[in-house]
Amino acid sequence: MPLLECKDVSRFFGGLKAVSGFNLTLEVGELVGLIGPNGAGKTTVFNVITQIYPPSLGTVTFQGKDLMGLQPYQVCQRGIARTFQNIRLYKQMTALDNVLTAMHPRAGYGLLGAFFHTPGYVRREAELKAEALSLLDRMGLSHRATELAGSLPYGEQRRLEIARALAIRPALLLLDEPAAGMNPNEVDNLVQMVRGIKMDFGLTILLIEHQMGLVMNLCERLVVLDFGETLAEGNPAEIQANPKVLEAYLGKGVSA
Amino acid sequence: MRPNRKTLIAAAAVLGLYVVIELLRQTNVLDGYWQQVMDLSLIITISALGLSLIYGFAGQFSLGHAAFYGIGAYTSGFITKSYGDTPFWFILALIAGVTAAMVAAFLIGLPILRLKSDYLGIATLGFGIIVKVVLDNTDKWAPIMGGSRGMLGIPHLTTFAWVFWLTVAAVLLCRNLILSSHGRAMITVREDEVAADIMGIDTTQSKTLAFVVGCGLAGLAGGLYSHLYPFLHPTSFDFLKSLDVLLVVVLGGLGSLTGTVVTAVAWVFLLEGLRILPEAFLEWRGVLYALLLVVVMITRPQGLMGGKEWSLYKSKGSSAAPGKGGNSRASA
Repeated sequence: MPLLECKDVSRFFGGLKAVSGFNLTLEVGELVGLIGPNGAGKTTVFNVITQIYPPSLGTVTFQGKDLMGLQPYQVCQRGIARTFQNIRLYKQMTALDNVLTAMHPRAGYGLLGAFFHTPGYVRREAELKAEALSLLDRMGLSHRATELAGSLPYGEQRRLEIARALAIRPALLLLDEPAAGMNPNEVDNLVQMVRGIKMDFGLTILLIEHQMGLVMNLCERLVVLDFGETLAEGNPAEIQANPKVLEAYLGKGVSA
Repeated sequence: MRPNRKTLIAAAAVLGLYVVIELLRQTNVLDGYWQQVMDLSLIITISALGLSLIYGFAGQFSLGHAAFYGIGAYTSGFITKSYGDTPFWFILALIAGVTAAMVAAFLIGLPILRLKSDYLGIATLGFGIIVKVVLDNTDKWAPIMGGSRGMLGIPHLTTFAWVFWLTVAAVLLCRNLILSSHGRAMITVREDEVAADIMGIDTTQSKTLAFVVGCGLAGLAGGLYSHLYPFLHPTSFDFLKSLDVLLVVVLGGLGSLTGTVVTAVAWVFLLEGLRILPEAFLEWRGVLYALLLVVVMITRPQGLMGGKEWSLYKSKGSSAAPGKGGNSRASA
């Protein structure tokens, strides 16, 4: 059974077809890249999967269950976490608290514990905090735990977003341009890190990226979107050799 | 939770403060007038703590806080006036006031909490007006509530001990809530509601929790207020009273319990304190408050505490998330 299946998914905004007739099947443990020129509908695919923009047509199933009609937070609680192209951390909260918020659905104590800080609450909070700190450590952010997320350097904010996403304990991780604004050195580190967390946390990853070096290096399979439609699909070598892809990126005539 | 040294010191400090103030009152160093000002300042503190949760932490802009204060006041006043002026009925009346405010908050919150910032402000303003009109007309179905003529003869049961210890309890409950996972979830709604939703937080539930608890505190404050003076009048619960509490929360700094408490007490004392101005300047009082507001907002737009807390309110190693600047609507 595939982990995620998008079947004939379309999303319209008024007359604009942001995504149309999109199909994608992700098997457990895959690392797939979603590429395409600006405005091709890549982020919309993420928004459709997480149900922030429910699909206008088609269906999305995750672990064999239909995601249609669920609220975004319910989709997340089923095991889909994501990061954002334009970082969306809780800026006025500390790095540690940012990670802890993602554990809220499984915090497991009620209002009584929260109001009176019962022994159960104290025990559970200590567990959550230890887990959050280990995630920060994994992302190389343990020295930033008590600093406000908004005050961290750009690269660290990106990593904090990944730490927060991991705190969901997702089965599927959606990364939206994780390398945007990074220098080649940082990109190399990111590649190592993504491989590492994929292995350690048993993740399936779908990633949007513009940096071809990273995509070709990291992904086992690529899906190319253009004008909301799937243009090509295949392994990196096939995609690189595909004239239609070159045309979409560079314009007509280049591939000739 | 094992009490550590810091907790004990804090508890001793609070107890000491209570004893000192109670002594000052018993010996009449603080005369009756200032005693009442002090009671009122703590009552406003409880109400402001409620709005601090709603607006300062959960980022839900409410202009109708006084409505819930009024619901609590009238509900509890009705009970003691109808049934008796014993402490037993007083406690029951306070509980009923809190419950009534919470139920009202839950029912009105269901449809309106999906609105954002300004729109939510207008909707809560509307609810405040509805409550005011209902209070004006209570005599139509319950003559003892007096309608627009006001409600007379509520027993004077609010003592300093009640007000002080309930304020302490309210501060502690708010602090505990903020430091918990439920509190963190509330803050994510203020910070970025869409991101919170995508990252697994049931934002509707968190908003409702903040709103219902916050309005419950307003109800508690109302219950204490109605037994402080022998007279209740609907104008005590109109839009301007909502604005007062909102000012306290914004001036104190959004996302700071310390700021809310300090500002609430200072605000009431300032309002009354300015009465000692010479006769000729008395009518300048209104101008002075307003001027003070303008000056504070220009010099410290993030509010008095700017989202920070005094360490008494923080638990070891954890950090309550500070709020954002006071000059922005805290909504995603």
